[in-house]
Amino acid sequence: MITHSNQTADSRHLLEFVLRQGDNALVLGHRMSEWCGTGPALEEDIALANTALDLIGQTQMWLAYAAELEGRDRSANDLAFMRDATDFRNLLLLEQPNRDFGHTMMRQFLFDAYQVPFLQALESSADQRVADIAAKSGREARYHLERSSDIVIALGDGTEESHRRMQDALDRLWSYAGEMFVTDETDIAMHNAAIAPDLKLIHAQWNDTVQARLNKATLAVPDSTFVHKGGKNGVRHEEHLGHMLATMQVLQRSYPNSVW
Amino acid sequence: MYAQMVKSSGEGVKTAGEMDAQERAFQSRIDAGEKIEPKDWMPAAYRKTLIRQIGQHAHSEIVGQLPEGNWITRAPTLERKANLLAKVQDEAGHGLYLYCAAETLGVSRDELFDMLHTGKMKYSSIFNYPTLTWADMGAVGWLVDGAAIMNQVPLQRTSYGPYARAMVRICKEESFHQRQGFHIMMTMCNGSVAQKEMAQDALNRFWYPSLMMFGPSDKDSVHSAQSMAWKIKMDSNDDLRQRFVNATAPQAEFLGLTIPDDKLAFNEDTQQYDFSEPDWEEFYEVLKGNGPCNRDRLETRQRAWSDGEWVREGMMAHADKRRNANQTAA
Ligand SMILES: [Fe+2]
Ligand SMILES: [Fe+2]
Repeated sequence: MITHSNQTADSRHLLEFVLRQGDNALVLGHRMSEWCGTGPALEEDIALANTALDLIGQTQMWLAYAAELEGRDRSANDLAFMRDATDFRNLLLLEQPNRDFGHTMMRQFLFDAYQVPFLQALESSADQRVADIAAKSGREARYHLERSSDIVIALGDGTEESHRRMQDALDRLWSYAGEMFVTDETDIAMHNAAIAPDLKLIHAQWNDTVQARLNKATLAVPDSTFVHKGGKNGVRHEEHLGHMLATMQVLQRSYPNSVW
Repeated sequence: MYAQMVKSSGEGVKTAGEMDAQERAFQSRIDAGEKIEPKDWMPAAYRKTLIRQIGQHAHSEIVGQLPEGNWITRAPTLERKANLLAKVQDEAGHGLYLYCAAETLGVSRDELFDMLHTGKMKYSSIFNYPTLTWADMGAVGWLVDGAAIMNQVPLQRTSYGPYARAMVRICKEESFHQRQGFHIMMTMCNGSVAQKEMAQDALNRFWYPSLMMFGPSDKDSVHSAQSMAWKIKMDSNDDLRQRFVNATAPQAEFLGLTIPDDKLAFNEDTQQYDFSEPDWEEFYEVLKGNGPCNRDRLETRQRAWSDGEWVREGMMAHADKRRNANQTAA
């Protein structure tokens, strides 16, 4: 666990907050990279790789900042490749397996619809470094949302089969979306310090975007209000993350202290 | 190079006397260094040979994503992961340019995919070899992209306009890939004992398959002679292979690695490297489908295509609905 007695409560929260952003980008970026060469069309192969590439770039910025805040002489790579699953702070939504293209794009859409207003708010963060990273990532996030929305709408509306698959994906992933808006003491501390927005505001914006586009996609929003949580605070990840990290971290773990 | 053993008409090169007036005019345009464009008249065999060659090249780009994709999820640092993703994304882009170039000859991308999936068209033998360690990402960039460059740089001057222009865009990226691969090798060679061993092992496994990328000696091949007369093949396989060895041997030495060939030596008389031929029996077995990864690679592509069918159909159905709605509105 990442707790250090020499840090003030606020700096601990800031580190936690920044790690969450970095881990979200890393875990989702990794999932997208798993598609390499196996997308449904050549254009999609390129677009999937592009999304993965953007997210890995964002990971580098967030985790480099987290490593500085942590002050334990670790690098962004150390944080990515040498931490255990229990120390990861990503949303459970993002560690969900790709399953099929429909699940992959629905997961992306639900996250993008949050990430766009969230990063936009972070652009005026009281923490200049956070504001800079958000500004650099925001344009990419807006592009991702445009693309994932288009695909969700097209496939929701497309054929009977594509509609059924998109509805299945939405039903399966819906109860993971709520974790984005669960507010804990880190979120409150960040909001009070004007570093991050009130998640209630982001939730409202997310609802508008998601409702409107799912309507266009002719998809039914599930009734359930149940929320799976435990990713962003690291209390209880699902089994998926451990397998992802076993793959991702294999070289750094097998050959520690090597230069690659 | 990504196009090996492409069959042309098989008749040998026609002499000026055997050509009709149209063919003579066509050949003289090529001899004068003019580019042939999609709407221009061209002999049926020229078109057919080009479709085979460009198609095989395009398939190689997309199947070529797989051996490197095998390590994207295990890349050891965030930088390496990003670099490898970008490289594989470039390869998909190369596939796209080349399918577009082939389409100008009157064959659709779906038809070409179908020929790949049913085994009627091949891709380069090199992608039927496995990538077993991270050093293979270095070896593939250094040797495989390096070999591709040897062939593709002259193809920028090929007679068919769309193919030549695709090559110009592709070559810029390939040389970047080659440097990136060499950098991975260099890092491994300057690293721990285990890393250096991985680098040597990767070179051992990829050296001869890389030499095979140029295809067997084509001194006597009628196919090659016709393709060279049409300027869709610019150099002989042996010339390209020699050039590749000349460029690569000093690089291996610089890395402190040993090329797995006792006969490899610089020949002062010819000012070139002498080297051993690869095992051509193995090459023909790989072409027949008996390489270590043939079945896996093809199955992966077939599965990607069939798993993606509902997506492509859904997208098309949505586009149709929108078009109809627009027409009704208008
Ligand atoms: Fe390429
Ligand atoms: Fe390449």
